[in-house]
Amino acid sequence: MKPKRIALYGFLIALAFVFSYIENTLAVPLWIPGIKLGLANVVVLAALYLLGVKSALFISVVRVLLSGMTFGSMTMVIYSLAGCSLSLLAMVLLKRTGRFGMPGVSVAGGVAHNMGQIAVAAVMLETSALMYYLPFLLVSGCVAGVAIGIAGAEVVKRGERVCENF
Amino acid sequence: MKQRRNDLILVAVILVVAVLFWGYSWFTRSEGGYAVVTVDGEEWGRYALDKPLETEIVTPYGTNILVIADGKASVTEADCPDGLCVRQRDICYEGETLVCLPHKLVVEIAGSSEGDVDWVVD
Repeated sequence: MKPKRIALYGFLIALAFVFSYIENTLAVPLWIPGIKLGLANVVVLAALYLLGVKSALFISVVRVLLSGMTFGSMTMVIYSLAGCSLSLLAMVLLKRTGRFGMPGVSVAGGVAHNMGQIAVAAVMLETSALMYYLPFLLVSGCVAGVAIGIAGAEVVKRGERVCENF
Repeated sequence: MKQRRNDLILVAVILVVAVLFWGYSWFTRSEGGYAVVTVDGEEWGRYALDKPLETEIVTPYGTNILVIADGKASVTEADCPDGLCVRQRDICYEGETLVCLPHKLVVEIAGSSEGDVDWVVD
């Protein structure tokens, strides 16, 4: 791997990590667990468009491990990994079709992230009662997805020229 | 432009699905009779909603305080790191849940007839 590329990865992971930190610190308490903006996904989304699937996966997993070990617990890492991998999978699939813009891709990612977390919670807690949260998490995934998609598109617009040099 | 249209369709479909889910649970909901506490998938206790109560639930993972008042159940205190269970709203309808992920604790509202021993026969 070229040193420049290593530096770029380091920069992106650091950025995603800082976003996680901000989100953990400023989290708005709500009566539904799991509703959040997913700021770090801006970085993953941008990486997906600028650098490709492998880089996005790498950044996503490292970010989850880092922030999980720093701010949370092993349980949190498992939840996050399930959410993030499903989210990335959905984004990659939608992006491949070429029929969706970044907001659409990001919305699919946001919703898939929430579905993944509900699924893991249902398995870990051995209850199906969590389906009650489903509609709220669908809507929140949608709203967050649009916001992250728009932000991600801006990052890609500005980052394209930078990444050409790497 | 075509992409933007597809994005909008995607968002619309997801929102419609969400509304359908929500509508379904709204119209089929009924007030429950019991708050069933589960820890790690196993039933911990069953508390009638019509009797005010404040009880400490000491799980192997930590402690939560369950309060039942005005026919509603809520978790008022917990020593879990995120405290999300305390922030969730009171529950009283069948199928509603309070979840404390770190303690693997679920409070679920169950129907009034289920497991009801105060059966009246005339």
